[in-house]
Amino acid sequence: MLDKSYYQKTDEIISHYGRKPSALIPIMQDIQAEYRYLPGELLTYVAKEIGVKEAKAYSVATFYENFSFEPKGKYIIKVCDGTACHVRKSMPILEALQKELGLSKKKHTTDDMLFTVETVSCLGACGLAPTLTVNNEVHPTMTPEKALELLTELRGDSV
Amino acid sequence: MIIENREALKREQEAAQKQIDSYECRILICAGTGCVATGSQKIYEKMQELCKDMPGVSVEFDGHVPHIGVVKTGCQGICELGPLMRIEPLHYQYVKVQMDDCEEIFKRTVLNKEPVERLFYKKGEDSFPTPDDIPFIAKQTRITLENCGRFDAESLDEYIASGGYSALSKAIFDMSPRDVIDEVDKSGLRGRGGGGFPTGKKWKQVAAHTDVKEHYVVCNGDEGDPGAFMDGSVMEGDPYRLIEGMTIAAYAVNAQDGYIYVRAEYPLSVERLTHAIAQAEEKGLLGDNILGTDFCFHMHINRGAGAFVCGEGSALTASIEGDRGMPRVKPPRTVDQGLWAKPTVLNNVETFANVPGIVMKGADWFRTIGTEGSPGTKTFSITGSIENTGLIEVPMGTTLREMIYDIGGGIKGGGEFKAVQIGGPSGGCLTAEHLDVGLDFDSVKKYDAIMGSGGLVVMDENTCMVEVARFFMSFTQRESCGKCVPCREGTKRMLEILERIVDGKGVIEDLDTLEELAAMVKNMALCGLGKSAPLPVISTLKTFRNEYEEHILDHKCAAKCCTAMRRFVINPEFCKGCGKCAKNCPVGAITGVRKQAYNIDNELCIKCGACKDNCAFDAIYVEA
Repeated sequence: MLDKSYYQKTDEIISHYGRKPSALIPIMQDIQAEYRYLPGELLTYVAKEIGVKEAKAYSVATFYENFSFEPKGKYIIKVCDGTACHVRKSMPILEALQKELGLSKKKHTTDDMLFTVETVSCLGACGLAPTLTVNNEVHPTMTPEKALELLTELRGDSV
Repeated sequence: MIIENREALKREQEAAQKQIDSYECRILICAGTGCVATGSQKIYEKMQELCKDMPGVSVEFDGHVPHIGVVKTGCQGICELGPLMRIEPLHYQYVKVQMDDCEEIFKRTVLNKEPVERLFYKKGEDSFPTPDDIPFIAKQTRITLENCGRFDAESLDEYIASGGYSALSKAIFDMSPRDVIDEVDKSGLRGRGGGGFPTGKKWKQVAAHTDVKEHYVVCNGDEGDPGAFMDGSVMEGDPYRLIEGMTIAAYAVNAQDGYIYVRAEYPLSVERLTHAIAQAEEKGLLGDNILGTDFCFHMHINRGAGAFVCGEGSALTASIEGDRGMPRVKPPRTVDQGLWAKPTVLNNVETFANVPGIVMKGADWFRTIGTEGSPGTKTFSITGSIENTGLIEVPMGTTLREMIYDIGGGIKGGGEFKAVQIGGPSGGCLTAEHLDVGLDFDSVKKYDAIMGSGGLVVMDENTCMVEVARFFMSFTQRESCGKCVPCREGTKRMLEILERIVDGKGVIEDLDTLEELAAMVKNMALCGLGKSAPLPVISTLKTFRNEYEEHILDHKCAAKCCTAMRRFVINPEFCKGCGKCAKNCPVGAITGVRKQAYNIDNELCIKCGACKDNCAFDAIYVEA
């Protein structure tokens, strides 16, 4: 059962966009931005409030890659695997991060909820390939070594 | 303050220009995604602080103190050299500016008007003080990117000062909606999103639906092609031009509402556009009674949610409606039944950004640029194995050679040009024999490629074309929405085959199967994504069939890309027999006697490279 504050926040978001079916995606985006994931209970709640069927809301939420029903880590690291980054060897960076954090293609988030590691198709910063982002902040011309240093830095931050 | 008529706009323009002229020194710092990533925000803050802390900073009271404006601009284009800084009116362009350089720039350039030579762009012996000298910029023709890097991307005043909104005012006061459409039609402007459909024709079809009250103008800013960032740069660098272009379109087709669909990965674009829309509304250039007339147009921003297929027209409108972004069967086409089943103009960012220029300077001017069939310019993002990565704008019909060698500075590290991938994951490859073909919508099609939105990924001899085909196929397969069988199943099967070949397990019959599948998906898929998904395979199979055969028959990857085909070998001449590699090998594939050359058993080797990375004598090398 989610805390009452979750529903209050959701009400705020809903009233910002209005109670209409077309507001479904922006509402879900804002909820996800707030909690770093989309709690299933809130999706059900939003569907009822804006007048779409729960099944429909679920079908939309699962269609788009950005929505996650799983809670994400404090630092969301997205390794760019766009063409430019790919040809400049971005995959070794992803592999180094996954190895260090004990993550894999299936497991994206560390158990301590500190890191989530994902790939993204292109960040539009191809000139600085290969890149990755930490919570939307772009880090340019990465190497596996630099990525590991970055982890150390972030871990230091969170203590 | 609301600008309520044409004269008021002129006054506003003059006032804004006066404001700009009053600056004795302007420091423009690039605020494009690329430069922000290399720290331009901090440079901006530092320069602001430096200029603020000048003795006698009260500008109003002391005429001798230079009045300095520090502004954030959109992408200036040479992303690899960021953070970029331009100083006006001296017109100096500094590259790779670091925090430590700020004080010196302030003391020498801002206060004493002298250059800091070491920050100029250099190539070999040559040094280029101003952007006009740098070949990367000098050889371009900038229309849609005209303002990018020239002024503050967050200031409507500066846009107006540079002549912004004159086109809208001309359209509203001097032209009928019909005139506007005719002008755009005559200009021959074609959709810059990749399709190349004539824009004027599209608008005409929407305007013809006089029986329906609601018309919509939608901008496709869902630039999803990996390796393409042209539209993002326009949205970040010159959001007002896009908004003005859309407003003109709305006037022409009698639309009341407009939507910009921005890709989720472009938070900066969303921020800049939101800000720009609010400013335009405040000035009465957007919203109700634009420029004091009856014309009303409201603009909304929708953020994408990470689905590449939403770049397809009907999927995009479905997404705005709050649905799954899946394409539908056409007809009815978007111009007849688009957003909420109403007639809709759906154009790409770059297309709209071309509109103000066409209205202002006329169709004849536009036709003087580019080729007969494809007038105007095209923006490209050049990336990959090239010296200068970045965003360029050139006339249609420019050859690859000019783009790669004259503007892009040639292949990185002086390597050999192998191919350029054009049109993103659904495009094809052009090779050395196409270097001198002028690129426009029609010419690229002849070579099994598409113009696409304009991503150019340059590849040298270190790129394996089979791997590249696999990479693109894995992208489209992942992004296939799953609605139609040819795309959902076809891309999956093709990917399996490609993965097999890259893994060294392919058989020669696979190539026929691949070709057959490719033709099937191309002909039968429902939407553009599916229809074009096999293009990289078709094009590489045609041009680089030998590489496929080499992978399958000889188990060789000439580019040394494909891990499965790498062979790690110890050079007995360099090996000192220290045994470090054997200790590091996770599978015990390395054996030998101390102080004698070791040996790698490639049957056991898992190609992890741990031996090579840790060899102190560089004795281990990779054999193709």
